[in-house]
Amino acid sequence: MKALRAARMERCIGCHSCSLACARQVHKVLSWNKAGIRISSAGGLSTGFEARLCLACHPAPCAEACPTGSLSQRRDGGVIQKRNLCIRCGQCAEACPVDAIFLDHQVNPYVCIHCGQCVAYCPHDCLEMVDLPRREEEER
Amino acid sequence: MIRDFFRVMVVNLTTGKTSLKELPGRGEVLGGAGLAAHLFREFGHIDRDWDDPEQPLIFAIGPLTGYFPLMSKTCCAFRSPYHNQYTESYAGGKSALSLRFADLDALVVTGKAKRLTAVCVGSRLVDIRDVEYMRGFDAIQTGRVLRKIFPGSGRRSIMRIGPAGENLSAFACINVDTYRHFGRLGGGTVMGAKNLKAICVVGDRGFDLPEGKAYPKLYKHIFDQLTTTEMMAKYHGLGTAVNINPLNALKSLPWKNLQQTSSPQAENISGETFADDTLLRNAACAGCPVGCIHVGFVREQFQTNNQYLYRQVGYDYEPIFSCGGMLEVTDAAEVLRILDVIEKEGLDCMSAGVALAWATEALERGVVTEQDTLLPLKWGDSETYMRAVEHLGRPDNDFYRLLAQGTMKCAKQYGGEDFACVLGQEMAGYATGEVFFVAEGLGFRHSHLDSGGYAYDQKHDEKDVDKALNFLLTDGRERIVLNCMVGCLFSRGVYKEDLLAEALESVGYGDMNGSVADVGKRVQRMRWRLRLQMGYRPDEVVIPKRYTEITTWKGPVDVNYMNALRKAYAASILEMGADPEDEKAK
Repeated sequence: MKALRAARMERCIGCHSCSLACARQVHKVLSWNKAGIRISSAGGLSTGFEARLCLACHPAPCAEACPTGSLSQRRDGGVIQKRNLCIRCGQCAEACPVDAIFLDHQVNPYVCIHCGQCVAYCPHDCLEMVDLPRREEEER
Repeated sequence: MIRDFFRVMVVNLTTGKTSLKELPGRGEVLGGAGLAAHLFREFGHIDRDWDDPEQPLIFAIGPLTGYFPLMSKTCCAFRSPYHNQYTESYAGGKSALSLRFADLDALVVTGKAKRLTAVCVGSRLVDIRDVEYMRGFDAIQTGRVLRKIFPGSGRRSIMRIGPAGENLSAFACINVDTYRHFGRLGGGTVMGAKNLKAICVVGDRGFDLPEGKAYPKLYKHIFDQLTTTEMMAKYHGLGTAVNINPLNALKSLPWKNLQQTSSPQAENISGETFADDTLLRNAACAGCPVGCIHVGFVREQFQTNNQYLYRQVGYDYEPIFSCGGMLEVTDAAEVLRILDVIEKEGLDCMSAGVALAWATEALERGVVTEQDTLLPLKWGDSETYMRAVEHLGRPDNDFYRLLAQGTMKCAKQYGGEDFACVLGQEMAGYATGEVFFVAEGLGFRHSHLDSGGYAYDQKHDEKDVDKALNFLLTDGRERIVLNCMVGCLFSRGVYKEDLLAEALESVGYGDMNGSVADVGKRVQRMRWRLRLQMGYRPDEVVIPKRYTEITTWKGPVDVNYMNALRKAYAASILEMGADPEDEKAK
């Protein structure tokens, strides 16, 4: 399995093309928030940029926090999301240690599913897909 | 959000109240420049001066903002403290996408706060806050403090003024997210007059995209065009600073208060030199993958024993021409140091540089004395120019108070009108010839961006008044179309009218009143009408004598050609801006 990494954020110019691409292509919305990757400055634009992005944890704290199985552990890391099971309690975002889950105003969570569709839209090659070490199938 | 009306937030600083209005007119004016003029007709006052509290400060975006790349700018419109007439200024940063995601087509600020105030708005948020403790804060420091006070890191825009705006310098700018500016004609001054230190817009909403394949397919096509076309590479690579060397070679680079139009020392402040010696990194407006913002870096020793500070300053062609060439500062690092002070004061860099160039020549000629200038202004002396900039932002004598109102106003009182490099406002950096001087001198916002007069001069040797006039009118109207969309003008080679119409259709704007060209023409007239109603007399515009003394690669300026074009353009402006009743009478 692959995971998205923001491997070269020192190159970031803050154009938000990755967030807009994720929102547009994966979620079919126009947004810079409803995306699995969000960009902000570290402390003002003169200090450079950082990406808020799922680190493909295993075990994933957000999946462990999810009371309905809407988020469940993906085999090698990260999560699988089933939106229809979500009750919008927001516990997943609270559990995420790196603020990678965005809750919209209706408390719908947006998290990276590591599909990599944003990579092509970054003009400075900040993003890449990397292989995760293979893990044995979890007992479900 | 795709809608056939405009959603406008109106903040009244006198009452502290905010209202949301839904206004018709999408099909008539599209958005951006058209919407701004539309809103000024609704909220503005023809018969009151620029600093009347009821005069509005307007920020407007376009119908495609965020939907397509490089649809990433905002139009800021106001009655200018510089000439007391309606004008516009444009900037990007995160302002456009923040307004989009705040679900606003425009933000209008009216009234005047009792004490220094900052406003924060979003799709579910209004916060009007006393920030009197920030009085005197420079624009950079202001940004740092506001970042902590207001929410929305990463998805907001912070627009603020420095001391120059508070002190009502007529060319105070609005700093947008540190590296972008509503620079020209005093938007920052309007904020100062309202006791408005800053505006924060939080973009906290998202919107469904249209169903079907037309939109994603067109998006991909446009994205590919914009990121692969050679045209955009220039902006991304060296940036507009690349223009220094070619303009110098064409003897069209304003130098030493336009006493020269070229210099062998220009290469020391060329785009190549800036990139090689100072370029730290690129940055971008949100929604634009080009990354044309160039940030320079200069290290400065402030104590012995290897004690250094650094300055990080955005640069472009216009800052380098105005604070480099015009002042004969020929060290890239020293230009950045002057720009850094200008940024902090919150001044327009072109006006600041050109004003000080005039002051230097005026001092040299004895038109003014050191009692006026308070400093021994001298060509190339960056240290002294840095201190002079502070006097422009915080004037402490009559000379600087007047100079901060505009170079020509100062020259009219002290002398030296002939060599005040003012074309409606302090000039932009093109001494290419007659068409440019007329275009900027008479143009709607006295900008090189009103129409490409500087490009016309470079491509045409013949002196055909009709042909040049037709170019100014046509190119101007096409740029207005893009300004109604508030697309970045760098994308004008890609976003032609056909493509714009297709893009509008692909997201669901089907019911426009006429073609996009019709809208451009309509808005062109609206703007000129506003300007003329406020007293603009294009037929009375005087182009200062210095512009008649220029020699470019084509030889001396042809004064007869320039005068004929000026009169013809003035006549066209009067015609475009005529009242509808006059039109019916014809």
